[in-house]
Amino acid sequence: MTFVYPRESTEESFAPRLFAGYKSTIKRAPAKPLIIMPLTLSELTGPVYGHETVRERDNDLTVQHAGEPIGERIIVHGHVLDEDGRGVANTLVELWQANACGRYIHVVDQHPAPLDPNFTGAGRAVTDEKGYYRFVTIKPGAYPWGNHKNAWRPAHIHFSVFGHSFLSRVVTQMYFPNDPLFEFDPIFNSVADEKARMRMVSSFDLDSTQPDWALAYRFNIVLRGRNATPLETH
Amino acid sequence: MTGITPSQTVGPYFKYGLTPGDDYAWNDAFTNDLATPDVSGERIRIEGRVFDGDGKIVSDSMLEIWQPDGQGRFSDPQGGRSLQNLAFRGFGRCGTSSDGKYNFKTIKPGSVPGPNDRQQAPHIVLAVYARGMTRQAQTRIYFSDEVANASDPILALVPADRRDSLVAKKESDAQGTVYRFDIHLQGDNETVFFDI
Repeated sequence: MTFVYPRESTEESFAPRLFAGYKSTIKRAPAKPLIIMPLTLSELTGPVYGHETVRERDNDLTVQHAGEPIGERIIVHGHVLDEDGRGVANTLVELWQANACGRYIHVVDQHPAPLDPNFTGAGRAVTDEKGYYRFVTIKPGAYPWGNHKNAWRPAHIHFSVFGHSFLSRVVTQMYFPNDPLFEFDPIFNSVADEKARMRMVSSFDLDSTQPDWALAYRFNIVLRGRNATPLETH
Repeated sequence: MTGITPSQTVGPYFKYGLTPGDDYAWNDAFTNDLATPDVSGERIRIEGRVFDGDGKIVSDSMLEIWQPDGQGRFSDPQGGRSLQNLAFRGFGRCGTSSDGKYNFKTIKPGSVPGPNDRQQAPHIVLAVYARGMTRQAQTRIYFSDEVANASDPILALVPADRRDSLVAKKESDAQGTVYRFDIHLQGDNETVFFDI
């Protein structure tokens, strides 16, 4: 199967590189024109390994330490798909997140919320033959940041995904449904198209909830790239 | 057709998840050392720093590189168009340090075909991620000692006065050959980024 990577796919769905409401973009967004170029083998290929580093329990962030982390245990699962809706098999999914209090285990994050000795907040999984992945983790808390007065990030989980090519490679953030912080968050709102924005919001998934144990959220990740020779539709 | 999932910044706190190194408990999935003992080819280092539009160092960015082996073979032949290569994987990841520095150990890539089967000069594809970047910026590393740069079809698309920003400068030190490649996200010396 030969893949094509329509430039329009990112133009329609991605945030601009410069988004003044998110202040850190101001000095870090390229200001000169980007060079449009024909895609070559260098761009059209991509790494298909990394999954051998995934250990048996890397997709369960609640069992990586001696004790259980504090917080709301959740299942986060879904499919990694291409633009045709085909599952992307055997691809690496990496994630990292704050703990239930909204604190990251990072030297720079010093806001006054406790660290959890039983929660590192990083995980890995590999999609199965249908493109399906599954994590068990703790629902992250909102956290304050210095972008503007009284700025808080909505609860989110960072996802890093590879796919078929260097062009499909994406790092995104998964949000939770109905978060009251959405309207105030410039990072979320840097994505102008509402439909695209809502593709970053997971859906509550009662059917996949494990009774007496964990709620479930579904998050499908659609990567750039589609079959160059689509089936004719009548 | 399904719309794709938007990119979002890696933010300031990716290090413990993506590039923990010796600083955090998590283990690295990828390394900045691509030149494993079984790899053949010319061993080189690529080193540089990342700067923002004010010329300040960027200490919280992450770089990913992707390249073929010395014969121009990628480890992932999409659609069978690339020659198969399993010994050299060609993907690397490195976070910038507190002084904005990054480094890769790798081998000099061979050339691969470009548009209309014109050979490209040897190059490495590079993506830059950081807090304040809503998506990765894509660029290329070329090498100052390659005469093929003069006829490279992609470099030819870049205004002549900006091409230097894509060319790593060859130096040598006690440890061997090192190519210097600084990245300027913005400003007078802005690195050329590609719209792919």
